[in-house]
Amino acid sequence: MEYEIIVVGGGHAGCEASLAAARKGHRTLLITGNIKNIADMPCNPSIGGSAKGIVVREIDALGGEMGKNADKSQLQMKMLNHKKGPAVQALRAQADKVIYPREMLNTLNQEQNLTIRESIVEHLIVENQIIKGVILENGEKIFCKIVILTTGTYLKSDILVGDTRRREGPHGEVPSQHLSDHLKELGFRIIRLKTGTPQRIDKTTIDFSKTKEEKGSEQRYTFSFDHIPNYELKDQIPCYLIYTTPETHKIIKDNLNKSSMYGGLSNIEGIGPRYCPSIEDKIVRFHDKERHQLFLEPESLYYDDIYIQGFSTSMPYDVQEQMVHSLPGLEHAKILKYAYAIEYDAIYPTQLKQTLETKIIENLYTAGQINGTSGYEEAACQGLIAGINASLKLEGKEPLILKRNEAYIGVLIDDLVTKGVIDPYRLLTSRAEYRLLLRHDNADLRLREYGYQVGLISKDQYQRLLHKKDEIEEVLQLLKRQKITPTLEINHYLASIPSSTIKDGITLYDLLKRPEIKMEHVKHFAMLGNEDEVLQQVEIKIKYDGYIKKAIHEAEKMVDLDNKKIPDDIDYDKIHNLASEAKQKLNEIRPSSIGQALRISGVNPADVSLIMVYLKKEYCYDRK
Amino acid sequence: MEDTIAAISTALGVGAISIIRVSGTDSIRIVDSIFKGVNLNQVSSHTIHYGYIVDQESVIDEVLVTVMKAPKTFTVEDIVEINAHGGIATTGRILELLLKKGCRLALPGEFTKRAFLNGRIDLIEAESVMELISAKTESARRLSMAGVDGTVSSFIRNLRSKIIELLANIEVNIDYPEYEDIEEMTVQKLDKSIEQIELELENILKNSREGKLIKEGINTSIIGRPNVGKSSILNRLINENKAIVTDIAGTTRDVVEGSIVLDGMLLNLLDTAGIRETENVVEQIGVQKSLELLEQSDLVLVVLNHNESLTEQDFYILDQVKDKNHIIIINKKDLPSQLDYSKLDGTEYIEVSALNNEGIDEIKKKIRELFELEKLENKDLTYLTNARSIALVEKALFSLQEVKQGIEQDMPIDMVEIDLKNVWNLLGEIIGETYQDELIDQLFCQFCLGK
Repeated sequence: MEYEIIVVGGGHAGCEASLAAARKGHRTLLITGNIKNIADMPCNPSIGGSAKGIVVREIDALGGEMGKNADKSQLQMKMLNHKKGPAVQALRAQADKVIYPREMLNTLNQEQNLTIRESIVEHLIVENQIIKGVILENGEKIFCKIVILTTGTYLKSDILVGDTRRREGPHGEVPSQHLSDHLKELGFRIIRLKTGTPQRIDKTTIDFSKTKEEKGSEQRYTFSFDHIPNYELKDQIPCYLIYTTPETHKIIKDNLNKSSMYGGLSNIEGIGPRYCPSIEDKIVRFHDKERHQLFLEPESLYYDDIYIQGFSTSMPYDVQEQMVHSLPGLEHAKILKYAYAIEYDAIYPTQLKQTLETKIIENLYTAGQINGTSGYEEAACQGLIAGINASLKLEGKEPLILKRNEAYIGVLIDDLVTKGVIDPYRLLTSRAEYRLLLRHDNADLRLREYGYQVGLISKDQYQRLLHKKDEIEEVLQLLKRQKITPTLEINHYLASIPSSTIKDGITLYDLLKRPEIKMEHVKHFAMLGNEDEVLQQVEIKIKYDGYIKKAIHEAEKMVDLDNKKIPDDIDYDKIHNLASEAKQKLNEIRPSSIGQALRISGVNPADVSLIMVYLKKEYCYDRK
Repeated sequence: MEDTIAAISTALGVGAISIIRVSGTDSIRIVDSIFKGVNLNQVSSHTIHYGYIVDQESVIDEVLVTVMKAPKTFTVEDIVEINAHGGIATTGRILELLLKKGCRLALPGEFTKRAFLNGRIDLIEAESVMELISAKTESARRLSMAGVDGTVSSFIRNLRSKIIELLANIEVNIDYPEYEDIEEMTVQKLDKSIEQIELELENILKNSREGKLIKEGINTSIIGRPNVGKSSILNRLINENKAIVTDIAGTTRDVVEGSIVLDGMLLNLLDTAGIRETENVVEQIGVQKSLELLEQSDLVLVVLNHNESLTEQDFYILDQVKDKNHIIIINKKDLPSQLDYSKLDGTEYIEVSALNNEGIDEIKKKIRELFELEKLENKDLTYLTNARSIALVEKALFSLQEVKQGIEQDMPIDMVEIDLKNVWNLLGEIIGETYQDELIDQLFCQFCLGK
């Protein structure tokens, strides 16, 4: 057998999955429809954002590639929510759509255990519910131990514009015609989802004087924990903010029935993302809103395309022309690519285990948009986890399952496999119960240890982590020990901040607890030569100590419930009085713990109580 | 192993005998430490013993104690049951003493839970527990778990939807930071809404406490110097209303001597024995002792003597009760006035002649006023009846305080939101809409405490 692991699809999930598997020493084959489209960014030209940016850092902490690759291709870096608390800050990079795929392909090519092949997979070889390999479009069979499907939107995808429907992928590529039917035959429940993308405009035809410039942050950042930012702040490429006009709204309302989604096409089944609606959706649903915000974002240094974030639509081309020209600064704009909606097949994700292995077919894993998510980051992190867990399974080791209080990745996967999806799933900070623990700044402290254990983080990287942890502790202790006394000079300094003066001695630790006191003020009293990221951790730990403790306490309660395991062989039909909806959901999802059972919608506490009583009775009480 | 738990296992209030049940490894040792009689550590299982419950030197009650050793007990643990003479306060004091000595107050249904977990209740019984739950509709089922009724749940639901609106507003700013069109939720805006929610929560707590007053009675103490006529007033109150619920002639110094019903108000009289005693044996101890009871009193009747000038002690008493619901009664109106009214500083008082039965109605009227009983009886009260729900509202209020604290300390809104979310969760727990922990405890919640 030439390959142990085959990854089908070269998008963000596929890249991470194949890199993780190969880096863990497994002979891996990546099959993609078009090598040119590897790590392609078919929609917005950015990586990160609220919650998503934290995921990118988590990927980096675990030894994935997205963060490093985004750092290499950034056009602009922005820290979102920087005026809010540390728990909700997140990085977003405008990423060059030429550099990002190019750099990723380089990385893939350098990987010893990884082979890339251009082809389309139309069938899976399955024996006794165990995957044995794949069959290509030309009928060739390739055998392997594990298959990871990361096919993105390419399962039976249709491009929708106005009243036209064409069976193709994002770049006019040939989609997989039979794979989703085949999955259905194997017993999978397949759903149809929809998403869309806006127009691309020729930069040279836009009058930027009518727009508001949006710059990157004035501090330098990187996603990756492994290098320091080395770009020049002044080199950052700006984005531009504009608003829709009354004319835009009129054009859309007048032509609503021509939109694929509003009558242009009669057979739309796909459900679009609530969190990223098309412009016609926004205007219909929020009809009293006078204007909608749009961002003009550069796609690359190598070509002139400008992406209109917030303007995705499935209107016919002629209406799109009118719509675009109604926007300020875009009166004479040239459309390089028209907006479209895309409909595609996905697997209903409750058919997956927490490891991302399917419940129906052993050794078959799925990751990314095929699991009903949307977004590059959501895809990449699933790819990484699927790659890691596939490898760990080959190695006969315990899988890596991140808990909800450990990572956004854990939240995402738990949501997918526990709750399923209705529309394409996007990560939001509000999906995380313990987001104060899941911060942008502490992703390495949370997850590098795991990355090291699974073998994707080097000894060297790990040593640096341990060193950082030690330093944080040392500074904390120092600040607890060191006191300032009420001298004239000190009180004078405090008053100048301004902060209230002191009458008795106070430790620097307690001083830093004051809302107005920052680490820079404390540095006035103590020699702290540590890296900023160390001092930042100390500052957060001290300032938000009470809140962090509360969050940890709450999280512990959840972990307790998650540790109450439900045996695989539990027979829900034997539990009398379970509500029928609950029984159906429990049978479908088969939660692995009491905690997970509680998170299933349609299963309420009373039902879970019944399960617990039953478990006591059947699994402990009877044995006694 | 399991800690030792205790609870009053007979219905609260009325009844000749109350039973306090203690279960767990340390139950015998703990009860023995407050029991004056034989050494309970040395008695054989399933035996009954006569003696006294004592708090250090002072006797609290004359009791019969049943000792049952594991495993042949209800919970399959060592159980001691204390049969006390009844009266809420005495029983309460014994329970308090047990808690002080190391017991933990049993959660609702915890004895039953232990019985089940230790295999004492068999399958059929456990099934019947389930049937009890499943017998009702889906929503009723959730409610029954929480032990709240419809009015309360709609009230809580309402509050929660207000909170979730605030939360959503904060969240949208976080997840869509660059959407300038969306109104920014600031801590200042939050502050206003918080005040409103706090008010409503405080209101339901107040209602709940008032509801408790109606149900369980107003703990009333009568305080005054010796010879001011406390017992004559008491006798008047009692004579007027023959409806004495509990017999006063106890053998011990029950704190609650008895309950009387006055115009439909249930008054639990605290330490009337003490009043009598001091009336006969003119002693200062009596007053001191009554003052100790203030803590447990919902209402204090202060009795002064029209025929005597005010003393240090009177002023001391007046000072002690000033933060309590109290009524100043000036007795012996029939005798010549010796009392310097100007020294009362304009405080309200009622003049009474116990001898001539004058002014007694005024007292009753005043009590009704104080507790707004007219209003209470007529209005459809939204109040929580079980201790668990009340505790949850208290916790929610506490979290709300923390929200306000965070706002004051200029914390970022996403930090402040953590506590607000907690309020939302706690309220959800009341109506069974969030699941926090210890399901099985909740399952057994519907059982009467200590059963």
